Amino acid sequence: MIDDEYDAVVIGAGPSGSNAAKAAAERGIKVLLIEKRQEIGAPKRCGEGISARGLKELGIDPNPRWALNEIMGVHIYAPNGKRVSVRYKEVGGYVIERKMFDKFLAMEAARAGAKVVAKAQATGLIIEDGFVRGVKIRWLDEDIEVRCKVVIAADGVESQVARWAGINSVHKPKDIDSAFQYEMVVDLDEPDMLELYFGNKIAPRGYVWIFPKGKDVANVGIGIGGDIKDKTAKKLLDRFIKNHEKLKRGSIIEVNSGGVPVGKPLERLVSNGLMVVGDAAHQVNAIHGGGVYEGSIAGRIAGEVCAKAIEKGDVSEKSLREYEIRWREKRGEALMRIYKLRQAIELLSDEDLNMLADNLTGEDIVELTKGKRFEKLINVLMKKPELIEVAQKLL
Amino acid sequence: MKINKKLCMRCGGCVGVCPNLALDLLNGVELIYNEEKCVKCRICETFCPVGAIKFENAGGEVQ
Repeated sequence: MIDDEYDAVVIGAGPSGSNAAKAAAERGIKVLLIEKRQEIGAPKRCGEGISARGLKELGIDPNPRWALNEIMGVHIYAPNGKRVSVRYKEVGGYVIERKMFDKFLAMEAARAGAKVVAKAQATGLIIEDGFVRGVKIRWLDEDIEVRCKVVIAADGVESQVARWAGINSVHKPKDIDSAFQYEMVVDLDEPDMLELYFGNKIAPRGYVWIFPKGKDVANVGIGIGGDIKDKTAKKLLDRFIKNHEKLKRGSIIEVNSGGVPVGKPLERLVSNGLMVVGDAAHQVNAIHGGGVYEGSIAGRIAGEVCAKAIEKGDVSEKSLREYEIRWREKRGEALMRIYKLRQAIELLSDEDLNMLADNLTGEDIVELTKGKRFEKLINVLMKKPELIEVAQKLL
Repeated sequence: MKINKKLCMRCGGCVGVCPNLALDLLNGVELIYNEEKCVKCRICETFCPVGAIKFENAGGEVQ
């Protein structure tokens, strides 16, 4: 079932890993993609929103099997309840079924020639002469060793593979949100609009989301700062639901929790025979915590560079660094700007957030989450002398 | 340290924040705690989205 030797082993079959495996396999190298869970895509740790632009850029056509609901806009609620909205002229994004989407990506990797195996967990690396040369794998109850030239660590939030190879991928508690989520059957007013609720009492240093998956089903969740004491994400979400006219009458059809990285990307993404991608590399949008698009882009670049390095017979850190350079060029700077924005926003009180809702449009806020229109935010912050310091963080 | 298995969602968040690889999520279904590696920093206890991790003897090397 699993051979003794591959060119590359990708650990973790989320969007980053599957995209990396597909990109590498398409270039003709022999790839193994392993997933420790018994079902790829489940359980999710995700709000399940993805932008139409992101999908388009990835060259993925929205498929009704996983693109469940078209999103036409966003309602953003300030702590005082004031609503700021944006409505798009065309479909802005989709709420997806991660269970189906992740499987679809893994199938794409398999169709490109990668060998995909679920319930196969990496338990260690084979490191020789300073190079990663293989992976110890527990497949069901069998312990096996697989030799390879490159390992791509796509093992997500609970990343351990990079750490085995000396790259510190541990998430600092202030840079990872503690998240909890219900899938609910609920009466929705506008099933084509996302809803976001902000406020330090509602969701300290995070937000509550209601992402409709259909006309009466929604992914309802919360993310809060991972270092916040004496409050749990679950308790805060339960309190929000209890106080919400419609949600409190809803039914719960699924429960999930998880860590959502909101930090800055790792400084080092490669070592001899090893590449780190996705949540494991902290490649996420630090404002909204979205990682599907970011991880997929990074995975593709990593897969390409991995195949190229193997073809030319040089899998040293120096050779694999091409991935790091190309990725930073494409997404690195944008993600660092977004990280800076989060650090500034976190300093704001509820009163300040209310003030922003009075002075920013929905479009402004959506652009900010992409790392754009900082000037507008800076101008608003500069109006209050005590916020000048916060504004300066954005310069 | 005690893990409330009824509450634990097996989400692996605690594994991601543990600075010393003292926690592991075996096949995504079983949370393993290695007391020898644990430095009792209690980051996992603070982080757990459902409050399933509790350290009994407060004190020690608490951050």
